[in-house]
Amino acid sequence: MKRTSLAASAAIALAWSAGAAQSETLTLCWAAWDPANALVELSKDFEAKSGHTMRFEFIPWPNFADRMLNELNSGGKLCDLLIGDSQWIGGGAENGHYVKLNDFFDSEGISMDDFAPATVYAYSTWPKGEPNYYALPAMGDANGWFYRKDWFSRPDIQAAFKEKTGRDLAEPKTQKELLEIAQFFQGREIDGQTVYGASIFTERGSEGITMGATGALYAWGFKYENTPGQYDMEGAVNSPEAVEGLEFYKELYKTATPPGYTNAYMEQSLDAFKSGQVAMAMNWFAFFPGLYADPTVGGDKIDFFVNPAQNIAASTLGGQGISVVSYSEKKDAALEYIKWFADPEVQKRWWSMGGYSCHKAVLEDPNFVNTAPFAADFLEAMAGVQDFWQEPAYASLLLAMQERLHDYIVADKGTAQEALDGLIADWTEVFEDEGKL
Amino acid sequence: MTDTPADRIARATPPAVARRIRGLSDRAIAWIFVAPTIFLLLAVNIFPLIWTVRLSFTNFQANRPNREVEWVGLRNYERILTDDGIWANMQATAHFLVWTIVLQVILGFALAWAINRKFRGNDLLTTLIVLPMMLSPAVVGNFWTFLYQPQIGLFNYAVSFVSGVPPSSFEMLGSVRLAPWAIIIVDTWMWTPFVMLICLAGLRSIPEYIYEAAEIDRASKWRQFWTITVPMVLPFLMLAVLFRGIENFKMFDLVVQLTGGGPGSVTELASINLKREAFEKWRTGYSSAYAIILFVTVFGLASIYVKALNKVKER
Repeated sequence: MKRTSLAASAAIALAWSAGAAQSETLTLCWAAWDPANALVELSKDFEAKSGHTMRFEFIPWPNFADRMLNELNSGGKLCDLLIGDSQWIGGGAENGHYVKLNDFFDSEGISMDDFAPATVYAYSTWPKGEPNYYALPAMGDANGWFYRKDWFSRPDIQAAFKEKTGRDLAEPKTQKELLEIAQFFQGREIDGQTVYGASIFTERGSEGITMGATGALYAWGFKYENTPGQYDMEGAVNSPEAVEGLEFYKELYKTATPPGYTNAYMEQSLDAFKSGQVAMAMNWFAFFPGLYADPTVGGDKIDFFVNPAQNIAASTLGGQGISVVSYSEKKDAALEYIKWFADPEVQKRWWSMGGYSCHKAVLEDPNFVNTAPFAADFLEAMAGVQDFWQEPAYASLLLAMQERLHDYIVADKGTAQEALDGLIADWTEVFEDEGKL
Repeated sequence: MTDTPADRIARATPPAVARRIRGLSDRAIAWIFVAPTIFLLLAVNIFPLIWTVRLSFTNFQANRPNREVEWVGLRNYERILTDDGIWANMQATAHFLVWTIVLQVILGFALAWAINRKFRGNDLLTTLIVLPMMLSPAVVGNFWTFLYQPQIGLFNYAVSFVSGVPPSSFEMLGSVRLAPWAIIIVDTWMWTPFVMLICLAGLRSIPEYIYEAAEIDRASKWRQFWTITVPMVLPFLMLAVLFRGIENFKMFDLVVQLTGGGPGSVTELASINLKREAFEKWRTGYSSAYAIILFVTVFGLASIYVKALNKVKER
């Protein structure tokens, strides 16, 4: 009797678990922005194929890191899948927040060779470059630029620019050309309205000013270490090139941005451009489809360019990988989602809907550059992306840089050399605490 | 032997009602009632405090549970007390604290003095003045961010109208010099009504006959103000200063909304800096030491202040 009831219970439990495996409700966490909306649409296909239901938890960017890292650190079960920032990968792996995906990739025949190497390196691996995968590249992104093509092509403005600089007004090819153009537009009156040069990132609270300034720093040749993995920062972080790059960014901020842009990030950059205040703006490629579709400043009024080179060609990396959260109770279903998302056909649809696929089937398609006015720039940017530290202690490293840069660029405190020397001192303390120095 | 009031009360008190209820003594029953409160107090206040003190001597990081926790002795305290940045944060906090209290006390008292006189529309005016403190600090922060906007902000236009300087020639939130004052203005706008209400209560508690007696003695209005009004309102004012002092020492939301601590670090108050260390950098041990230092500072200052307040009340 006892044995019979046990067997019956086991059968019921098995049937229930089998049923549950067939139709789970999965929660995917990400930031609230245009690509997230595209992913909701795309995921309807997954729901239809798998029988699972998708829920989405999208957090506004200013609170995204705080909210999600608190969730992970507390072992929260809110997210089954998380599209987390590239900098989180070290902490996600070392603190056991993310499921290691190597065995799953092997068993499902998912090859990281099918994805752009820069994105695999940045979004998936820890330690960096080692074949230990904690995420599938989900959303390739970099910091790029866009400008008012309609203003650039006006004969009166072209003539004025030629008269002032002696060259034709066109997309800048170097950082210094960018500054020159931005300064040309600063305070200029166009159609009865005073306009400004460029909106750039100066935000202090999260990561804004670092993501903006590194666009200039990388282009001048800034490096985090002399020898990768050695944390030998002296002479790299504060090299003469890095100092020059930082001085350049300050000059760009001081002489070519709208008044009041002391704490500006993605939203403020978009607002400044969409309201017709600025001739140029920096922002993540993820926003470009939305900008192109904008009825006021999009279409034939806008064009895009990759972050201009100076000593080298380089762009600041954005973007994220998708990970399975180790505290999830629905890991199998979450892995099913990853498997579906890795499919080349799904990746093609992802790109067509506004998501930036990292799959070679999309990026290496000969027609890719013709699929959007920013597609070629995206490819070029992704070829030269550089990322911030991805260490588990990245938050301490990032906030130190935020403070040093904001102090120097916005608050006029000290010199660029002092800011970068101070940054080395801050980072040294962090790495000493980490036992890495 | 003299019969003291306590003896008389003891004789008049009936015997203990529950000397033995189900075998429980009065003392046991008292403990049963008091124990949950004591337990809650220990769990919510005392234990976290002791735990924080313990953590402050370690390198513990709450987001790194797998990492070995090391005992670092006084290193966290040493780092904090020798950190120029933290001293700058403390200075910013003190600047904010002193100026907001000074302005709010002066303006709050002046408003209370004006409102205390009987005139038509008095009640409506009081309600309008009190409105700002009913708003959420986040909403106020957002609202003033727009007012301070150099291109479209009304504040800049108002200053421009009065002074003649172009509106976009100065940035309240972006200037190192002006940003601390921008925050002081908003906090004063928001919380002066609170000080006003407390002062109003003080003013209305002064019996009319004291002024009448002073009038009979031919004391001037100025003399009445300094010898009657000020001393009698002073305990209320000091209470308002205590409330505002404690509130502003832990000021967070309004400043985050307005400047985020910038430009640079000029408006990064101690509370904002502590939050960054504790929940953004996740340096739990370090931030525990930081919190203990702030706690000792506030506790020490508040104790001295309460002693002074009691002395004033006794007068």
